Amino acid sequence: MELHELTIHELHEKLKNREISSVEATKAFLARIDAVEDQVKSFITVTAAEALKNAEAADKRIAAGDMDVLTGIPLALKDIFLTEGILTTCASRILSGFVPPYDATATARLKARGMVLLGKLNQDEFAMGSSTETSWFGKTRNPWNLDCIPGGSSGGSAAAIAAQQAVATLGTDTGGSIRQPASHCGCVGLKPTYGRVSRYGVIAFASSLDQVGPLTRDVTDSAIMLGAVAGYDPKDSTSVDTPVPDYLQALTGDLKGLRIGLPREYFIEGLDPDVKKAMDEAIATYRALGAEFVEMSLPHTDYAIAVYYLIATAEASSNLARYDGVRFGHRNQDARGLLDMYMVSRDEGFGAEVKRRIMLGTYALSSGYYDAYYLKAQKARTLIMQDFITAFESVDVILTPVAPTPAFRLGEKADDPLQMYLSDIFTIPVNLAGTCGISVPAGLSSDGLPVGLQLIGKHFGEETILRAAHAFEQATEWHKKKANI
Amino acid sequence: MKYQVVIGLEVHVQLLTNTKIFCGCSTRFGAEPNSQTCPVCLGLPGALPVLNKKVVEYAIRAGLATSCSIAPRSIFARKNYFYPDLPKGYQISQYELPICVDGRLDIEVDGETKRIGITRIHMEEDAGKLVHLETMEAGEKSYVDLNRACTPLLEVVSEPDMRSADEAVAYLKKLHQIVTYLGICDGNMEEGSFRCDANVSLMPVGAEEFGTRAELKNINSFRFVKQAIEYEIERQAEILDEGGKVVQETRLFDPATGTTRSMRGKEEAHDYRYFPDPDLVPLVVSGDWIEEVRSSLPELPDAKRQRYQAELGLPEYDAEVLAASRDIADYFDACVALYPQAKPVSNWVMGEVLRALKEDNREFADCPVTPRLLAEMLKLVESGTISGKIAKTVFDEMYKTGKEPAKIVEEKGLVQVSDTGAIEKIIDEVLTANPDNVEQYRGGKEKLFGFFVGQVMKASKGKANPALVNEILLNKLKG
Repeated sequence: MELHELTIHELHEKLKNREISSVEATKAFLARIDAVEDQVKSFITVTAAEALKNAEAADKRIAAGDMDVLTGIPLALKDIFLTEGILTTCASRILSGFVPPYDATATARLKARGMVLLGKLNQDEFAMGSSTETSWFGKTRNPWNLDCIPGGSSGGSAAAIAAQQAVATLGTDTGGSIRQPASHCGCVGLKPTYGRVSRYGVIAFASSLDQVGPLTRDVTDSAIMLGAVAGYDPKDSTSVDTPVPDYLQALTGDLKGLRIGLPREYFIEGLDPDVKKAMDEAIATYRALGAEFVEMSLPHTDYAIAVYYLIATAEASSNLARYDGVRFGHRNQDARGLLDMYMVSRDEGFGAEVKRRIMLGTYALSSGYYDAYYLKAQKARTLIMQDFITAFESVDVILTPVAPTPAFRLGEKADDPLQMYLSDIFTIPVNLAGTCGISVPAGLSSDGLPVGLQLIGKHFGEETILRAAHAFEQATEWHKKKANI
Repeated sequence: MKYQVVIGLEVHVQLLTNTKIFCGCSTRFGAEPNSQTCPVCLGLPGALPVLNKKVVEYAIRAGLATSCSIAPRSIFARKNYFYPDLPKGYQISQYELPICVDGRLDIEVDGETKRIGITRIHMEEDAGKLVHLETMEAGEKSYVDLNRACTPLLEVVSEPDMRSADEAVAYLKKLHQIVTYLGICDGNMEEGSFRCDANVSLMPVGAEEFGTRAELKNINSFRFVKQAIEYEIERQAEILDEGGKVVQETRLFDPATGTTRSMRGKEEAHDYRYFPDPDLVPLVVSGDWIEEVRSSLPELPDAKRQRYQAELGLPEYDAEVLAASRDIADYFDACVALYPQAKPVSNWVMGEVLRALKEDNREFADCPVTPRLLAEMLKLVESGTISGKIAKTVFDEMYKTGKEPAKIVEEKGLVQVSDTGAIEKIIDEVLTANPDNVEQYRGGKEKLFGFFVGQVMKASKGKANPALVNEILLNKLKG
């Protein structure tokens, strides 16, 4: 097996046993990036020199016996995470040239454990999109089929796993931005409970929905990465001060008596046949593992997309106000006067999708419309959250598809925002409810594209969904399938 | 005038916390531009606000001191607008659920007490500052200094309960007195620590519905508040007299001319798109916390004034002067605690102490004559060790050197002479030296008595006990 095919826990064993050094592993990944990056374009920035320095430091730590499971492991971060001294753009022209003076808490926690940072990954601009087609720095392609999108917005984070350009990556998930690309690229993507991981130093899209999470080759790695970044951060008032369990301990393989809910609103007529097939097989697998199935309802599901596109855009319209051409990256130099500078710089600095969402959100918050849109959306959000709380009184996990279809082709939905928005229909409610969800490989379509399965847990129910995902993984071979690139 | 004036005030109170409202940066005034900043107050991507608990405590203090209800749950909201001194493109403030509501202040104008309602008090962050410079090389440039960004403010919004510029000034002075008493604001109006916007409108006397208001900005002294409002009343009255309509607008006060001019009209008014800040959780204030703050509140000016009159028996004037500021009241209270004779202490504090500090441009806190030294000195007067007259000399010396009064008296030999023999001897000498005057006095020119007293005191270098001098001198002259 090639070094770049290894998982965190496999590579850790080799590092621990001194079979290889972190520098060797890092060089293998840099070579792999060199080999496939032209086709996939997962990265905005590759930090080769930095990575080798990290690797040398990690090797010293390992030699000194000061080793963590992530020490010396080559990772990459979505370009939404601030990295001190390293370009951070959020895939936007308006932040082109922005080199942050501080690290995100997630970045700092991984650094403290001795990670090797390979670079910063492509994404949809400001995480607004489901296909990684809106990046100012070009489109990322799906390693399973280069004519297809990798999903989004953490498309670079998923493609880099599938193309074996990093052992594991971090993404962010506001409406499905970790789970959907994980599903499209055949990797494991976890969106933790809102408040589980600090948002400090993560460029905000929609503050009440954004959450940091890992994309990995298998569930064990997902548990490792979550354990590394989770936990209370005094710098993020919305992070929750609740202890971080040892997620690896949760991977017992025992699903006896696990109650899995199947929400009828998610198993609708017209579901893609490949997706339907994968779900049916997954249900059979779980039955065989001793789980029980419960038919159930999440009655307010229909409102989720509308609610999401009011709340997320409203928050975004305000979050993105700081990109005004006064500081950071892009400023139009010919603008006359302050207002002109704002308008021209922002017009040039933001892409079409970002501008569309800023306008939607501005409208939703405007005087005279606030009650009808934003306030009503908040009330509906409460109902959606209540749906989940009620559901989890009688089930332990909810099983759904991640996306209605496997990865679609580049450009297919680029000019049809509404169709694009609908591709997050199964993931958005989880963000609105603030609970956790994981996407696990569960099949391949007739075209050979990965299909993911979503397991939704209650608030701070990460251990349960990891356990359920891990048992499924042990019983199937899907996570071992590799993109042919 | 045939119009009824209606005034409401919005006052911004800059809080005296060491650090900013949402980050740990210092709030010190006058530092190098942008030296007191961090990712949070610079509004860098990814930075998040964390509420400073001290700010909440100060807000509760202000609320309790103005009889507000303290909300058990309040919400921070974003006020969205673009300006280069506002790094995030929004100001974090409170909107629908502020921390304090339904308060009041009692003011006195022309001997009458009037109650002014306080609608709300909320917490918010200040913006930075723009500096416009023109240099030969660079031409005209604007610079942004974000040291002040994220500095904590309270906004105190009154009901439209004031009916004259004098009432507005009285309200403002009262509020100023309270926030400085509470120690939550330095009250410096020139530096902008206490600033005021005034909403002014007119309606025909007897009307029920308020007229259209103008909002006056940039009024940074009590005098300007009066000027700005009076100018505005005149301006609006003129418009109404001519059958015109007052336009709803924001007007800027110009201290140079004492007039106001239009800054922006209603159409240009911002739509701030307020919404709850998703980066901050709802602020929950427990009843225990409120009680803890309540028990730590200092005695407020009104209560102090009443106590000075009722318990210490001071005249109304003294009580008013002593309670006017926390500094002077603290000094007075400390002195009375050591020397419980309120009137002499009051006389000295309002007299010599105030005079000396004023000449020197010093604060009470820096007064070299501490309350203890003053009390010691007053004890020396009471015991007859020194006379009231000598006390002034001792005070001046204490002010200069900070020495103990007893030491000064000893070093300078200022002990009052109460030895009748010694005094008699001096008097005899004076009488012997002025035989003509003695003859004239005895011939009926009794106002010469003062001359003899003066000569005796001079001869004793002021140390002779004046009461004994009077008594002995009278006997001798009669003789």
